[in-house]
Amino acid sequence: MASDAQLLVGVRADGSVVAGVARRPQAGRGTIPSPVPPARTSYPELLPLVKIQEADAKSLLLAQGLPVPAWDVAYTVPEARAAAERILGAGASAVVIKAQVLVGGRGKAGGVKLAASVAEAEQVAGAILGMDIKGITVRKVLVAEAADITSEFYMAAVLDRDRRAILLMGSAEGGVEIEQVAVDNPSAIIRHHADPLLGLLDYQARAFAFEMGLGAHLKAAVAIAKGLVRTMLAYDADLVEINPLAIVREPDGTQHLVCLDAKVTLDDSALPRHPELETLRDPDEEDPADREAREAGLTFIKLDGTIGCMVNGAGLAMTTMDLVKRAGGEPANFLDIGGGARADKVAAAMRIILADPKVDAILVNIFGGITRGDEVARGLIEARAVQERDVPMIVRIVGTNAAEAAILLEQANFATAASLDEAASKAVAASRGAAA
Amino acid sequence: MSILVGPDTRLVVQGITGREGEFHSRAMREYGTRIVAGVTPGKGGQSALDGAVPVYDTVAEAVRETGANTSCIFVPAGGAPDAVMEATAAGIATIFCITEGIPALDMIPVVEMVRRAGATLIGPNCPGATSPGSAKVGIIPGSIHLEGRVGVVSRSGTLTYEAVQAMTDAGVGQSTCVGIGGDPIIGTTFLDVLQRFAADDSTDAIVLIGEIGGSAEEAAAAWAGEHLADIPKVAFIAGRTAPEGKRMGHAGAIISGGAGTAASKVAALEAAGFLVAGSPTELPGLLRDAGYRG
Repeated sequence: MASDAQLLVGVRADGSVVAGVARRPQAGRGTIPSPVPPARTSYPELLPLVKIQEADAKSLLLAQGLPVPAWDVAYTVPEARAAAERILGAGASAVVIKAQVLVGGRGKAGGVKLAASVAEAEQVAGAILGMDIKGITVRKVLVAEAADITSEFYMAAVLDRDRRAILLMGSAEGGVEIEQVAVDNPSAIIRHHADPLLGLLDYQARAFAFEMGLGAHLKAAVAIAKGLVRTMLAYDADLVEINPLAIVREPDGTQHLVCLDAKVTLDDSALPRHPELETLRDPDEEDPADREAREAGLTFIKLDGTIGCMVNGAGLAMTTMDLVKRAGGEPANFLDIGGGARADKVAAAMRIILADPKVDAILVNIFGGITRGDEVARGLIEARAVQERDVPMIVRIVGTNAAEAAILLEQANFATAASLDEAASKAVAASRGAAA
Repeated sequence: MSILVGPDTRLVVQGITGREGEFHSRAMREYGTRIVAGVTPGKGGQSALDGAVPVYDTVAEAVRETGANTSCIFVPAGGAPDAVMEATAAGIATIFCITEGIPALDMIPVVEMVRRAGATLIGPNCPGATSPGSAKVGIIPGSIHLEGRVGVVSRSGTLTYEAVQAMTDAGVGQSTCVGIGGDPIIGTTFLDVLQRFAADDSTDAIVLIGEIGGSAEEAAAAWAGEHLADIPKVAFIAGRTAPEGKRMGHAGAIISGGAGTAASKVAALEAAGFLVAGSPTELPGLLRDAGYRG
């Protein structure tokens, strides 16, 4: 077995064994050129969450004893073909090939397809590998036996922030349109909150299973419901979602509950205590600039505009970007340098912003509480001394040591602004001047 | 009177001998906060802040010896949930947890324990609270404040400072300024703070500073529309121009049910009688437009 593969073995509630070979996403594997993810025009909710691929999510479920049918991961058409050959050769009537990308709507985009023969599998894999789904290039696919689905359910364990508890959520109407179900028919969504101190109790999982209409598969449904919560706690996940959880028919006619898809997002704050999960971050889908910034302790999201922003504090950073747009400009990035940043961190932030060739002006907005204005000024001066492009920079520093910062910046001939509104206008003007 | 912090605050600082704890304790003390004790396990018997503050091994001992009623926690993320529980068990009524980076699931049993004890937790990952002219607990710079009668509540850190500075510069002072923090699971919500302001004789107007994500602003707005109808209320929401993110999984959308966008928050706030600013500097002017005469 290749060194990047793991053999995972799980035991279903009925005692039958499932096994899967999971390959870890490896940057540089396969023949599709290493993509630079396109700059985004949106930024997601700024929560410290790590998305992981379906294949990796399934590995976590399997490790917690949930019933997940075996799968393989392929990076190239020959690999996909080989997997299909194995699966079809073992007696399956069809395989399913699923794009592994960290965005929803893969099916609608044509990234999930069945194939009934090796030749068809090769063709399908060829179409999906390299396809663009919502701006991400597909670099790997999951290949598995196509299931004979009798019915589909939705089940998830999620952190309910308003209730401050883990919520076990499910519906007998699984599949893609669950969000519409929630809107059209809220009572079709079953909800049970785990007790904040006692956790999810067995009787709750049973009630949940009956309400889901899974009485005929009670033992398995209860095990899966408890398993979702257990998975969440074991890995510090924010979300463990199975859609669809399906009743599938085996060749011998028996029916089983299995997880046909899995989405897991991990709490970034908790990753330090799960060092083995750090490898589940997918390097293929992280913008190299975002990754570099993350490793430097900065929160950075590359966007599509021309005005680079550097701010201390997420709320203030969003406000700064709002004001740039209000003044008629377009932010090139979200960047929060955090509290107490020293000169070297500021210099690193500046380098990352300037690495984007679209940036033609930079706005620095610092309200120093624990962050010291003079430290920031020193970092900016240090960065500008080595920068290769001469990009106009508007600096606005208030708060701790702002006076010292002002002296340093004046001596180094930086353009400054007193108010945030003024800084935003000046940055937009500088950008227009540069573009002219 | 003010809320949460004031002249009756008797503060114990958990983690007072650490770098963050020591630095901010000095600033709190300088502002006028009465720091009666510090707690660092193993350093009981020592003193902090140049001999001014006795250090104890446990919060229980600190409470017994000094009558501390408020705690400020500067303990790293690994130990902070336990520090909150220790303070709760020791009978501390008001606990500020400044620590950031606490795993979300760790806070679930903690907030439940605090709730059962009838205590109040603000945070975690919050800058604290200041009642200008009397006391501050946490890391909000004292220099931005002006004594006055406007209650300020915010999810943010530095954005709060920006907004408060704009108010102070315009001569519009604050009764109490509360940072509730940005973590997924927090001890005190916008709604909780508004309820306190409603009962506070010293607060005549409200400033609410929110952000995209979650439904806390919507919930607070709904309550305020009913129970704070007669007082001037203004808000600022950060992230109004942030385009929609790419969500993965359906559960978040199912539980949020449409709330969470800036548009949803602004609509809810306006429906409740808040005037919503386009920039933090507009807040003082909007307060006047809303009828504030302080």
